[in-house]
Amino acid sequence: MRVNMNNVTLNADLLLSEINDRDIRIIDVRSPKDYVQNHIHNSVNLPLLELLSNNSPQHLVKLIQSLGIDDDTYVVVYDNTFGALASRLVWNLLYIGHNNVSLLDITYDKWKLSGYEIDSKNIDFGTRLHTLHINNDILSTIDDLEKKIDNDNTVIIDNRERLNFLEQHIPNAINIPYKIFASSNKILKPQDELIKIFENRNIKNNSEIITYCGSSGTLSGLAYNALKSIGFEHVRLYANSFKEWKKLHKTIVKQDHANYWDLSAE
Amino acid sequence: MENKLSLNELSTQNNWAKTDEANHFSKMLRLYRQNKLDLDSFRRFRLQHGAYGTRMTDDYAMVRIKIPAGEIHPEQLTKIAQLSDSFSIGSAHISTRQNIQLHWVVLEDVPEIMLELAKVGLTTREACGNTVRNVMCSPLSGVCNNEAFDSTPYAIATAKFLLRNPLNQNLPRKFKFNFACCEKHGMDKIVDVGLVPTIKEYAKHIQYGFKIFLGGGLGNKSYVGHQLEEFTPIEDLLHTSIAVIRIFDRLGNRKNLARNRMRYLVNELGWDKFKTLILKERIISRVTQSITTSFEVDNNKTMHKINQTSQLVNLDLIMYDRWLNTNTIKQKQTDYYSIFLTLEAGDITSNQLRKLAKICEEFSQERLLRHGFSQDIVIRWVHKNHLKMLYSRLVSVGLANPGALTIASPVGCSGTTSCNLALTNSHRLAKEIQRKLLSLRIDQDDDLKDSTIKISGCPNSCGQHEIATIGFYGGGGRSGKDMYPVYQMSLGGRHDDHAQLGTNCIRIPAKNVIDTILKLISIFKQDKKPHDSFKSWIDKIVNSRSDTSIQSINDIKKLLIPLTVVPNKSENSDFFSDYGSTDNYHTRTGKGECAA
Repeated sequence: MRVNMNNVTLNADLLLSEINDRDIRIIDVRSPKDYVQNHIHNSVNLPLLELLSNNSPQHLVKLIQSLGIDDDTYVVVYDNTFGALASRLVWNLLYIGHNNVSLLDITYDKWKLSGYEIDSKNIDFGTRLHTLHINNDILSTIDDLEKKIDNDNTVIIDNRERLNFLEQHIPNAINIPYKIFASSNKILKPQDELIKIFENRNIKNNSEIITYCGSSGTLSGLAYNALKSIGFEHVRLYANSFKEWKKLHKTIVKQDHANYWDLSAE
Repeated sequence: MENKLSLNELSTQNNWAKTDEANHFSKMLRLYRQNKLDLDSFRRFRLQHGAYGTRMTDDYAMVRIKIPAGEIHPEQLTKIAQLSDSFSIGSAHISTRQNIQLHWVVLEDVPEIMLELAKVGLTTREACGNTVRNVMCSPLSGVCNNEAFDSTPYAIATAKFLLRNPLNQNLPRKFKFNFACCEKHGMDKIVDVGLVPTIKEYAKHIQYGFKIFLGGGLGNKSYVGHQLEEFTPIEDLLHTSIAVIRIFDRLGNRKNLARNRMRYLVNELGWDKFKTLILKERIISRVTQSITTSFEVDNNKTMHKINQTSQLVNLDLIMYDRWLNTNTIKQKQTDYYSIFLTLEAGDITSNQLRKLAKICEEFSQERLLRHGFSQDIVIRWVHKNHLKMLYSRLVSVGLANPGALTIASPVGCSGTTSCNLALTNSHRLAKEIQRKLLSLRIDQDDDLKDSTIKISGCPNSCGQHEIATIGFYGGGGRSGKDMYPVYQMSLGGRHDDHAQLGTNCIRIPAKNVIDTILKLISIFKQDKKPHDSFKSWIDKIVNSRSDTSIQSINDIKKLLIPLTVVPNKSENSDFFSDYGSTDNYHTRTGKGECAA
C-alpha cells in the first residue's frame, strides 16, 4: 500500500483511496450499538469499553486476532469523540508490540459529513495470529511516576480541563488540556502548531514525558499521540491516571485561595 | 472550517491586530523566564499587551480581548469560543468595559492566543497597563430613540487613532473613553473622557458635535465628570482628545499609585484651572498637528438580508412576554428591536458563544453583536416578526433569562475567582442574587425596573458599585478571632443625566446580602408614594427630599441593623465562609496591577 505507516495519523482521503485493501484493518472503537447503525466501510468494531474492562495484554491480543490482525497488518483507528478513545487503543496496540498503527485524522462525524463511504455491514476478516512483545518503555505506573516526580528531566503533563487541574493534580504536573491538540477540523493540529505549544513551555523533545488524565488514559492517550507526532521519543502514558493516584491517597496539589469554579458558566 | 476572515471581510470590518506582537510577546516571555528580563519590566510589557496577573500565582494570566465600541462579529465569537476551550476554562467573561476576558490562561499560551485572535482581527494590545483602554460606546448608539446621531463611527475612529499611538504608551495611569448615545443611557460622567453626541443648529446649518465630560471616574475615591464646554464640534474631537491625554501625561501624578488617575489631577488643580490648560493645549494641537493626523470616520453601515421565515413556534407565552418586557428595547427604526442578553455575572460558555454567533447571523441585520455596560450582550436590528423565533432559539441555548434591563441583572466583578486584589467572592454573590430575584419574579415588578445592583469584591470599583441604586463592595469583618466576609452597601448611585455616586449606608455580612436586598424592597413597598419607583424613592432620600416617613439613609440603616448581627460560630459556621468555599474566611490579597 502507498500510505506511510510511520505516521501517527492517517489522512482520511488516503484511507478512502485504500479502503478496499484487505491488509488494512480499520477499527471503530465506538459502542456496538453505534457501530451496527453505520460505520466506515470495511471497518471492524472493538469497543473501547471492552478493552478497558480487561486490561491484560493477552486479552487485547486475543481481541485483535479475532479481527484478523497479525503482526504485519496496518491498523487505522477512529472514534467519534475527538480522537481520545481511538488514541487509547492506538497506545495499547503499541504497548503490546503492534507498531503498524495510525489514528484516522478526523472523527467519524466528519467522515460522514464529507460523504465518504459508510455502511452497516459486519465484515469478517477471519482470525490471524499475533505475537506479544510488551513495550514497557511507553507505560508509566504509579511506582514509576512517584520515582520521577522530582526529576528535572521528566515532565508530567495533566491533560484534563483547566478547572479540574486547578482543583487537584499530581505534584509538579503541568496542565495542557486535551482540547489544545485539536484543530477546527482534525483531531490533531498541524505539526508546527503543536511544536509551538511545547516550545513555548520550553519542553524539549528529548525530555521524558509522562501524560495522565482523569481515569483511563484517553485524554492523555491523545496527548501521547500528539507528542509522538512531533517527534517526542520518550513519552509514557500513566494509564491508570489520576483515579488510581487519588484512590491510593497520594499527595495532591491544589491551586489555593481562589474560587475559580465560580467563573464557569456551565 | 477555519475561522479566518478573508482579507476582503477584514477590510470592511476593523482589523485591530498586529501579528508581530504575538511573536514579540513570546520572545519577551522567554527572556523573562531565563532571568534576562526583570519582573517589573516584564510585567509592564505584559500589561501593555493585555495579559493581566492572576490571583495568588505567577503561572497564569487573564487575557483581556478588547472589543472597541463593543462591536463584535460572529467569526470573532467563534474564535474566542475555541480559544476558551483550548487555553482557558471553557467559559469566557464579558466585562463591564466591553472586553472579553479569558481567565486562568497559562502564561506560556498567551502568544498562541494573540496569534489566533489576529486571524479574526482582534487585539489585546493596551487592554491593561497605563494606556488608553478599550474605547467604549453605548450599545444603543445608532438605534437609540434619544440620540442626536450615531456615535459609533467616532468611537471606532478614536480607538483606531489611539491604538499603538506613542501618545498614550506610558501615561501616569490607565485612561478611559466612553461614547454615549444620549445622556440617559450613557456612562459619560464616570470616565476620564465621556462624550455625548449633540447637534447644534446654526443659521439653518446643522453642526455635529459632542458634549465632553472630563475627569469622572470610579475607584477608591470617585468623582463625577465636568463638562468641558457647551458644544465641541466634531472637527475638534481629535484635538480635544489629544489635549486631554497630553495634559494628563505631563501633569498627572506618577508617584502616588493611589492618586494617579486623571480625576485626582482635576481635583488637585481645580476644574477651572484644568479646563484652561486643556483649552490652551487644544489650540497648540490644532496648530501643530500635521494635517494628515485626522480621524478616519467611516459612516457607512452595511446591512444584511435576513432570510428568517416567521414560522409558528411553540412557546411558553407567559415566559415570552416576561422576556419581551424585560429584555428588549424598541429601536428608533420602526419595527426593529434590540435584545439584551443577561449573563450571570458576565460568564458565558464556549458552546453558547458558538451558538450565539449563529443566532447573530440568522437574526441581526447588522450581522454583529454589541456589548452592553452590564456584562451583557446585545443583539440589535432584529425585526419584530422574528422575535418569537429568536426567543425560542435563545431558550434552547440557555441565554433567555428574563430581567436583563431590570434590577434582576446584577453586575459582579471577578472577585476572588481570579483577581489578586479581591477580598470577597463578589462574582458568585452576583450570580446568587440574580437566581434569587428571578425565582421571586422581581424582574416583573415595574417599581424595580430602573434600579440596579452592582458588586465589587474590594473598594476599587471594577463592579461599579458607586453608580448602582444598591451597591456593594467587599471586605473582611471580624468577630473575636474569627473573620467573615462582609459588604459595605451604598444607595442611590446613578450614571445617567443626573449622575451621582451612592451614599454609604451600612456594612452587611455577605451571607445576609440577599436578605438585605429583599428587606430593602419591602421597606420601600411599605413606605413609597403610589408613583414612586425604587430608584426615585431612594433618590429623594439620599438628596434630602423625602416626602415619606423614611426620611434619611439613617432611617433605613436602623431597620437593617438586625441583619448585621453576627451569629455564634457553632450555630452557623456557614456565616464565616464566603460563597464558593466551605473554608473559614480570611482576607488574602496579592499585588494589584490595576483594576477591572
